[in-house]
Amino acid sequence: MQDVLPWREPVPLDGTMGEPRARGRFGEYGGRYAPESLVEACREVDGAFREAWADPGFRGALARLLAEHVGRPTPLTPARRLSEALGVQLYLKREDLTHTGSHKINNVLGQALLATRMGRRRLIAETGAGQHGVATATAAALLGLEATVFMGERDIERQALNVFRMRMLGAEVVPVTTGSRTLKDATSEAMRHWVGATGDSHYCIGSVVGPDPYPWMVREFQRIIGDEARGQCAAELRTGVPDYVVACVGGGSNAAGTFAGFADTPARLVGVEAEGGAGAARGRLGVLHGCRSLFLQDDDGQITQAHSIAAGLDYPGVGPEHAHLRDLGRARYVTVTDDEAVGAAVRLARTEGIVPALESAHALAWVIREAGGGDLPAGSTVLMTLSGRGDKDVSTLKELL
Amino acid sequence: MTNPTLAAGAVERHLRARRDTGRGLLMPYVTGGITPGWTDYLRAFAAAGADAIEVGLPFSDPTLDGVTIQQAGHTALARGASTRRILADLSGMPDLDVPLVASTYYNLVLHDGPEAFCAALRRAGVDGLIVPDLPVHEADELTEVAAAAGIELALLASPATPEPRLAEISSRSRGFVYAVSLMGTTGERAALAASAAELTARIRRGTDRPVLLGFGISTPDQAREAGRHADGVVVGAAVVRRVLDGAGPDDLRAFVATLRRALDQEV
Repeated sequence: MQDVLPWREPVPLDGTMGEPRARGRFGEYGGRYAPESLVEACREVDGAFREAWADPGFRGALARLLAEHVGRPTPLTPARRLSEALGVQLYLKREDLTHTGSHKINNVLGQALLATRMGRRRLIAETGAGQHGVATATAAALLGLEATVFMGERDIERQALNVFRMRMLGAEVVPVTTGSRTLKDATSEAMRHWVGATGDSHYCIGSVVGPDPYPWMVREFQRIIGDEARGQCAAELRTGVPDYVVACVGGGSNAAGTFAGFADTPARLVGVEAEGGAGAARGRLGVLHGCRSLFLQDDDGQITQAHSIAAGLDYPGVGPEHAHLRDLGRARYVTVTDDEAVGAAVRLARTEGIVPALESAHALAWVIREAGGGDLPAGSTVLMTLSGRGDKDVSTLKELL
Repeated sequence: MTNPTLAAGAVERHLRARRDTGRGLLMPYVTGGITPGWTDYLRAFAAAGADAIEVGLPFSDPTLDGVTIQQAGHTALARGASTRRILADLSGMPDLDVPLVASTYYNLVLHDGPEAFCAALRRAGVDGLIVPDLPVHEADELTEVAAAAGIELALLASPATPEPRLAEISSRSRGFVYAVSLMGTTGERAALAASAAELTARIRRGTDRPVLLGFGISTPDQAREAGRHADGVVVGAAVVRRVLDGAGPDDLRAFVATLRRALDQEV
């Protein structure tokens, strides 16, 4: 773990997880490194989002959709048997219980409402594990929009169930055959497609990545995870605030939304990455998909292929705000292996009756590994976001177990 | 080797001088490292009457390129191409008497840092630079460093660029203004987009700097038509597709010569 920065005193930091600075910057990261053909479209999204987010009517409409269609608020579940075994008090924020089965729906409904407000009639999206694609297809169906989802061929193979769900919901799923045929290539293809479709389509980015205002906007739409959990912790925990707040990080949207609820508390924030996709822990400064952040690269500056058993963590970079939080020492980014994640998924299934998405199992694997003996002292209270349910991963797990 | 007649500002001076003789400007593109003897293509372009040559430094994740240039980039990278090797190949070439303009994505500029990157371009005899994912409002970091190194950073304008921003692009671009003819990625198209003429006219209202029209210009007829609106054309995918199909330098010389003749006939 030598490449992980040491803890600094976890004090609230001014300006952390608020609005980005000028030109969409989080520290030195972020920005709008988009082809000139997309700059105006980004500017329009920025203007529309600022206006909508300040409009109680928009917020009210989104809140209603989240309550009536998504099932919010999601519960905070104490993991009693596992907590007892680990010697910590573990609470799970249950995004797996949302309609469509992952946190992705929170952001997508926000962006789909925004697209409607902007007069767009089609959503473009990229997807890795398929959860963002399913959420996009769902929101499009709900609001009467079209949806085109780009997905790497390799992910299409390993997430066949989600591909079927998207098509059943009426979305067009476009296989991406370039590069590693995973999420980063699907993202590149979606951006290329958007260049020719800015007039009638909204690019619904699924994580806290991309050109300004996406990292900020997506975090704001996911902030509901952290805000709800903050209130629930205040009611449930003797201390009011957990000692640790833990979430898995691919691009980092569920972690950003969760952390946003606790950035101004003394809670220690932990982002857990896949060993083979550790943009925050091992990435280098670069620019990809419209933002300046940390990316896995080779010695020539080419982006390298990420590897993870969890398709949603198969991204070679991390959102710019996470890079900033890392530099500040406000959040810590750690890695776990595929095997640890699989072991954690099985353990949660057998102790709590919950099969987590393999992405979320990464966060749990860190808790299991560190509890009592490592970075997580005995008796700590831990809030962990369970970002999605494991139905989509059962065929992967079946081959391994 | 750097051409001694082409010091800082060489691209713009060269293009202006040629334009002022009434010549339509032609900048063919090739992906660096695409074949073992790829620099022979540059000689062929120069012999066929190119006024500048664009050399693509391949990047793993191009977000503005269509299938042809994407494939060329992956082919080059699979052959072991890298910025360092491509620039080493260029350094070993005799002068072509036309300026070389590198193009690549910003990650490769940041990788070694803008200063080291521009210095390496200069040592290799490159005079200009195009970075398609570096819009004008993010270009501060590179603009001065490039100028100090004698590299002219050409900025792109698109049909969606509004007026005040277009004025800023025109004034801050160096060498030429790269007018993106359509809202789309690079690649061959059946016809020149209607947006090309309009964009070029808008740019020309604000600057006398040479305007090169690119994206989708694939045939001599399209080059001739584009030449009526802009000072010249950039032809990429149509060249690269031929290379990917196995065309040699002689074949490419013949193709570029047809573009040259089409532009000359327009005058």
